[in-house]
Formats: sequence, C-alpha cells, structure tokens
Amino acid sequence: MQVPAPFEYARAGNVAEAIGLLERLGSSAKLVAGGHSLLPMMKLRLANFEYLIDINDLHGELGYITVASDQIRIGAMTRHRELLESAPLLAAFPIFRDAEHVIADPVVRNRGTLGGSLCQADPSEDLSAVCTTLDASCVIQGSGGQRVVSMAEFHRGPYETAVGDDELLIEIRLPLRAGGSSAYEKVERRAGDWAVVSCGAALWMDGGTIAEARVGLAAVGPNTTGIPAIGELLRGKAPSDELFREAGALASSSCSPVTDLRGTEEYKRHLAGELTRRTLSTCVARIKQGV
Amino acid sequence: MQVSMTVNGAPVTEEIEGRMLLVHFLRDQLRLTGTHWGCDTSNCGTCVVWMDGEPVKSCTVLAAMAGGREVRTVEGLEQDGVLDPVQQGFMECHGLQCGFCTPGMIMTARALLDRNPDPSDGEIREAISGQICRCTGYTTIVRSVKWAAAYEAAQVTS
Repeated sequence: MQVPAPFEYARAGNVAEAIGLLERLGSSAKLVAGGHSLLPMMKLRLANFEYLIDINDLHGELGYITVASDQIRIGAMTRHRELLESAPLLAAFPIFRDAEHVIADPVVRNRGTLGGSLCQADPSEDLSAVCTTLDASCVIQGSGGQRVVSMAEFHRGPYETAVGDDELLIEIRLPLRAGGSSAYEKVERRAGDWAVVSCGAALWMDGGTIAEARVGLAAVGPNTTGIPAIGELLRGKAPSDELFREAGALASSSCSPVTDLRGTEEYKRHLAGELTRRTLSTCVARIKQGV
Repeated sequence: MQVSMTVNGAPVTEEIEGRMLLVHFLRDQLRLTGTHWGCDTSNCGTCVVWMDGEPVKSCTVLAAMAGGREVRTVEGLEQDGVLDPVQQGFMECHGLQCGFCTPGMIMTARALLDRNPDPSDGEIREAISGQICRCTGYTTIVRSVKWAAAYEAAQVTS
C-alpha cells in the first residue's frame, strides 16, 4: 500500500486564508490543488511536508477563463476539463485542444488544474510547454500584493518555481493577437504518459510572411524550453517546408535532453526537430483554414 | 482529524489520519469494498468514484479532500433492488470477466451517459481511456455502455 508520510491537513477557504496559512507555516507547508502530480510523489516519499493546505475550495474564486480584446486570463484553479471545454479558449488557441487530449486521461483531467501543473514544474509537463509557447505571464499573489512574471522567470529548474513559500499563483495571462494559430504534438510511450518529447508552436502571419513564431518544448531540458532563435529565424520569411526543417534543426541542436528510460538523447533531439517542424506546419495549415 | 461527507446519500463522520486516501477510507473504514484498489498510481482506474458528481480516482484523492463533498460509489447505483442500466448492460453484454476493473468502468460510464446519452464508440473509448481492463479487450465494455444508452433511450420514448 502506498500512502504519503504523515502530515497535518489544512483547508483554505479563499486566497487570503491560503496566504495567511502559508505565512504562518512557511516552507513546512505545501499547497495541494488537484493533487494528481503531488500525491503520487508524496506516496513515493519523493516529497514530504509537515502541512498540506488544500486549496480546492478556491475553485470558485480562481476557476475562470476570461476573454478580453488583448488577452485571455485563466484562474490558476481552472481544471484541465474546463480548459478543454472552453470554446472561446480553443478558438483563440487550438493548442489547448491538442495538448489537453494527450494529458493523462479524462478522469485525471477532472481534477488537475492549470496552476497546479505549472507549479509542479515537471520538465515534461505539457501545459508549461503550452504556456511557454503562448508567451504567458503568471500572476503571483502574496500578502504584499501581486507580481507578474514571464514563463522564463517562473520556472527556476526542475520542480522549482518563482512562487515564494508565502505566495500563491493565482492567474495565467495569455496575450491575444490576430492572424495566428497554434498546435501541439507529443510523443509518449503509452496513452496519458509523461512526454518523451512534446512541442508546442504558435505562429502569426502578416500577408504572405511570418510576423512572429514561438515554440515551447517539454522534456528536453530542466524546464520547458522556448527557443527564441527560432522566432528570429522565421520572422519576415514566407513559410515553407524547407524553412520549417531549418527551424527543426535549430530546435534539435539548441535543446538539452538527457538519455533516460524514455529514450536516448539522440532520439529526443530527433523528436524535438521533427515535432517543431510538424507543429509549425500545422499552424500555417490552420491559419489557411481559418482555425 | 475528523472528516464529514455524504456517501451514497448518507452523511458520515469519521476520525481519520490526514494522509488517508479516499479509496482506503471507503473500503477499510466504511467497508464499501465495491470500489476496488488497484495500481495506486492513478493509472488503472478501478478506484473511480464520483466526487460532487464527477468521476475521480480515489487512490489519488485524500479522504480529507472529500470532506463536505458528495461521494458516490458503485454501491450507490442500484435503487430499490433495481440495477442501474449500466450495470444491467455489463451483465447483458459480458462487460466483465474477472470483474476487477468493473466498478471503475461502471462509474465512469454512468457519468458519461449522464452528460452524453448517445455516445459513439470513440467517445466511450475516450471516456474509459484512463482505465485498464485485461480481460475483455474493451470491446464488450463498449457494447455494454451502448446497451445501456439504447435501453435508456427506449425508456424515454416509451
């Protein structure tokens, strides 16, 4: 039987209460949202805490998807299933449909949250790659107020984030811009597993040329990897198979995968290149189809 | 610590350790052994129960997290001696052989039909994709769920 080591369970009813508990308990406490990454780690004793603060009651406060003219704001407690069922979100960013279909399974997606996924900071985590691709910013709340950090600043290494011991991730903001589309692909050993490698891409066109392009790769570095050089390569050029192969080669050489049970470094570099090429091509195809 | 919740419509209050998982609370403390305990890693899905109407894997939910919520297990499906159509469908179409995955399959299937009364084979397979059956190859499970959907549709029209 796998059970976590003993801890004290506490429940927060709102954001202020959660921050109050965190201030009092410090690093001996950990927040639990959906719990589908954290509890398995606690069962294996890879993570142990004196206090576990359940924030599921914050879903009313932090479970939302709000679309404005220039950005989409998503509450940190929004669950995977809610992301997958949000028509405005999927219309703006089809990458969420692609990614959510390959994250775990429908029952797990009933519980897991966007904020929890980002805070877990697993190098293979899919929504972190999506948020990196979409140039998301993260709103972190403490008793002193809020601060906003980019995805590059948010992740500080495997399982480490910019969220302090007495702070809470409350919102993710995705900038909106017309004329683009997005896509996600993942290679996994079996349905619902962590990625061997996965890749998101977002691309915006201006007439016949690429105005902006971004990628976000998971499982090929200590955290999700955005490769700005790909944007620089593509900007101002007309999309073509050859150009996207070049972008793939750049992804392949710029990432830093390691050999493990999921695959060799060489195989992962190959996947990084191929998935970059494919997702960029899908973006262009989707823009042409108007999706 | 003390936890209170509703299980199959009845309020329960129990003394538990904070680290107790919902699956063990249901099986060991409440003796509701219809919910099975399998892989312990949220992969196999035999421990699926409903929490506030949604299927969840009870090996990955703390009993304390279910405090104040409504939990429904496979024991809660039968009403006054009449099986739920999904249970009936599993009997009619051989939806089980060893029966180990069955409680989770049935709870997920029931939730699917409540949201989508006429699912396609693909939708059924997607809904149960977080659950593992080593006997049936899933074919008869899909058939069982379709039997229940057809049975319920006939009840509505008649």
